[in-house]
Amino acid sequence: MKKQGSDSNPAPVLPALPEPLKDLKIKYTKIFINNEWHDSVSGKKFEVFNPANEEKICEVEEGDKADVDKAVKAARKAFELGSPWRTMDASERGRLLNKLADLVERDRLILATIEAIDGGKLFSTAYLMDLGACIKTLRYCAGWADKIHGRTVPMDGNFFTFTRHEPIGVCGQIIPWNFPLVMFIWKIAPALCCGNTVVVKPAEQTPLTALYMGSLIKEAGFPPGVVNIVPGFGPTAGAAISHHMDVDKVAFTGSTEVGKLIKEAAGKSNLKRVTLELGGKSPNIIFADADLDTAVEFAHIGLFYHQGQCCIAGSRIFVEEPIYDEFVRRSIERAKKYTLGNPLLPGVQQGPQIDKEQFQKILELIESGKKEGAKLECGGGPWGDKGYFIQPTVFSNVTDDMRIAKEEIFGPVQQIMKFKTIDEVIKRANNTTYGLAAAVFTKDIDKALTFAAALQAGTVWVNCYSAMSAQCPFGGFKMSGNGREM
Amino acid sequence: MAALNGAVENGQPDRKVPPLPRPLRSLEVKYTKIFINNEWHESTSGKTFPTYNPSTLKKICDVEEGDKPDVDNAVEAAKAAFQRGAPWRQMDALSRGRLLHKLADLLERDRVILATLETMDTGKPFLQAYFIDLEGCIKTLRYYAGWADKIQGRTIPVDENFVCFTRHEPMGVCGAITPWNFPLLMLIWKMAPALCCGNTLVIKPAEQTPLTSLYIGSLIKEVGFPPGVVNIVPGYGPTAGAAISTHHSIDKISFTGSTKVGKLVKEAASKSNLKRVTLELGGKNPCIVCADADLDLAVECAHQGVFFNQGQCCTAASRVFVEEQIYPEFVKRSVEYAKKRLVGDPFDARTEQGPQIDQKQFDKILELIESGKKEGAKLECGGLAIEDRGLFIKPTVFSEVTDNMRIAKEEIFGPVQPIMKFKSIEEVIRRANSTEYGLTAAVFTKNLDRALTLASALQSGTVWINCYNALYAQAPFGGFKMSGNGRELGEYALAEYTEVKTVTIKLSQKSP
Repeated sequence: MKKQGSDSNPAPVLPALPEPLKDLKIKYTKIFINNEWHDSVSGKKFEVFNPANEEKICEVEEGDKADVDKAVKAARKAFELGSPWRTMDASERGRLLNKLADLVERDRLILATIEAIDGGKLFSTAYLMDLGACIKTLRYCAGWADKIHGRTVPMDGNFFTFTRHEPIGVCGQIIPWNFPLVMFIWKIAPALCCGNTVVVKPAEQTPLTALYMGSLIKEAGFPPGVVNIVPGFGPTAGAAISHHMDVDKVAFTGSTEVGKLIKEAAGKSNLKRVTLELGGKSPNIIFADADLDTAVEFAHIGLFYHQGQCCIAGSRIFVEEPIYDEFVRRSIERAKKYTLGNPLLPGVQQGPQIDKEQFQKILELIESGKKEGAKLECGGGPWGDKGYFIQPTVFSNVTDDMRIAKEEIFGPVQQIMKFKTIDEVIKRANNTTYGLAAAVFTKDIDKALTFAAALQAGTVWVNCYSAMSAQCPFGGFKMSGNGREM
Repeated sequence: MAALNGAVENGQPDRKVPPLPRPLRSLEVKYTKIFINNEWHESTSGKTFPTYNPSTLKKICDVEEGDKPDVDNAVEAAKAAFQRGAPWRQMDALSRGRLLHKLADLLERDRVILATLETMDTGKPFLQAYFIDLEGCIKTLRYYAGWADKIQGRTIPVDENFVCFTRHEPMGVCGAITPWNFPLLMLIWKMAPALCCGNTLVIKPAEQTPLTSLYIGSLIKEVGFPPGVVNIVPGYGPTAGAAISTHHSIDKISFTGSTKVGKLVKEAASKSNLKRVTLELGGKNPCIVCADADLDLAVECAHQGVFFNQGQCCTAASRVFVEEQIYPEFVKRSVEYAKKRLVGDPFDARTEQGPQIDQKQFDKILELIESGKKEGAKLECGGLAIEDRGLFIKPTVFSEVTDNMRIAKEEIFGPVQPIMKFKSIEEVIRRANSTEYGLTAAVFTKNLDRALTLASALQSGTVWINCYNALYAQAPFGGFKMSGNGRELGEYALAEYTEVKTVTIKLSQKSP
């Protein structure tokens, strides 16, 4: 998630990058309910691994339906009329969120180190980008807390009418493993800002930063039961949430495949409201009049950021015929200069994929690319003998019917295709069930605004990629999601 | 009244009451100069003016007296800080918000100093300055800090082949002229939304009470606002104030004060460069007590509503209309309240009422009290100054007041409560509305229908039901008719400090 606009913005400077903490002890590995730490009802635990060396970091209590039930009960109680959370001034809710942001700032180094070890994320990225986004999102939502306005409405007849924008209630939130802490904050910040209570299930691959947040939530002074965190697996703890008869809303970020299951469960159970942030196969369209260097760089980062594990990855790059060859040449050059390794070390530019399942899926798709006739320009296989590392891979001469052009890869694999006309590329860009993001590189105003209107994507970037900020809504068209975050 | 409403920790299980804060003895006044570009300047003329403690009648100190040349310097600094490419313009909106939060933090840190200074300069009881004025300042700053990065324009589906959107841009250099009754609070009410929207400021605090505003200058610098964003020029209305309202490089002016001066400000704004104008002026606010009201609540609210801050509030409940049936009892209880009201040294924790602000106000209030006696109102208690006590006036209650008396028509701005009788709702609506003022109104009743009917019928910017002076940063405040133009506080204040730009871009083809 590259922060745009920082080039021309003198005031906030990125903080100096410290070193990651050595011998960091993982303190929080239990289930967080009512501001207390609990063992799992079943007694079971599960293991959490470091994807850079495949070693176990620690064990975490494994939540299942019984633990979710406890958490929902606590959240329901905290939401009762007359409870501290319900009677609190809205401005005070905002104060608590700002306080939480202060604590995240204080413990930025700890959180960044944990995130890098647990998620295989580059430490520099975790510290500067992920933690930066967390703090800003908390502060952004803190500001909204006492500004959630209803309306008075001039109704026909002798009536006085007004609307209230009330909190929904107990919100279940299921978090992915690619941006564990950021996605955690994206969900709890607006939920709490509006006065809801939450039951959060972090991804089983990456529960550690979420659990650490439990300790900060308690320290900030949120009343017990407002935030509850139940680590566990999707088919057990996750399903318990999406099926729960006493959960009023579920918000999920993850694959489209699982998103469909969640919405189905919501329909079958109690018609709980659903927000989904799912996958993408986002088109990145480069015109001949674009600034070529800028376009190559953005296209590169837009795909390879965090080992390609982004829902917004620009994984179909359409380049206008006249500049195609030059674009491919520069993209290969850019992808070749990579140092892979331990994400905690400075100078490392690419870390591991999150786990074996993803690792194998990506390699399989790379093979399909080779088989189906795409031209492998560089990379194309695993790297190193420990950890789930894959070489940065570039395919050119990709055609729309290939698997690598249709399926979400979620790995460091860049597809570059050719186009001739505007109408053609609009059609091809939109020819997918996904619709999360898109980008267009051009200096022509007319083209830029035409694409902004024509592309079926929740976010359209013009002459940039991955420009995201707490103030901008984000979400998908079609099967990339339902609803908007931020 | 919203006395200590904000000060208690909300929703927190630990409800220990903290000890009362104490004012600082022998507080040294550090900031007495003109604040421009984050620096302290002497006046161009070399002149200074004294500021007095209305309680002791002693001079506190001398302050640099700003006049037109100083205002010109301040405007130049504010203009430069607003240039395209200047740090203030380039800063992320979220960072503007962070600066406002930090300013709130510093007010919290220096709360006792500021409350002590405010009490010395205005005569208001220290505990009120601490718990009400300072609380309002801190909360208002935090409220607007939150808005900074949420000032959104719209995209608009116009006809034909166009892309159309609005930008809500800062207006530019804003002049702010603040009053002496809530010096710091009124400054923050203007500063917070102005800065939140990205404007720069030239402020002229009231000549009677410049000290807390100047102290804020030091905090503005400490927080890290770029130089020129906030400038403070103490001085007098006809000189420094007029220089602001007539200035050709000031894009907007916001004034809180009397209706009489408000009209001059609007005239000057029009004659010069059509600068945008926000006015918060006087009031003669009706407080309507129906027979079915909770009588104790109504009496207490009406009492605080008129006597708070020595009666020196634009929101003062200075026409109390009581339904006939409960009139004698209401008057009796109101007189009891007024007699109990403790008048004295504002630094004494027991004091509820301090001195009036200056001799001019003092004389005017006594003159109006005399008119009440002469025109036939019944003096129930008080009615004169406290002997040999400088600017202190006894809490005064008049009953049998009729609408044609001066005390029923003119804004008194002193501790004087006129109580009148009414028979029917239609009658009281008519009488409550027959004034050129229209700032606030209050209604005491348990009947839902009556409450909502009155809420719709009263021509006032704020209508309070079963409460008084319930003022919060989230809710807009301002006057109908000659009580003002525009709104402060709430989301609505943002409109006073932004200029809308519509951008329309031609496309070669129609887009959806």
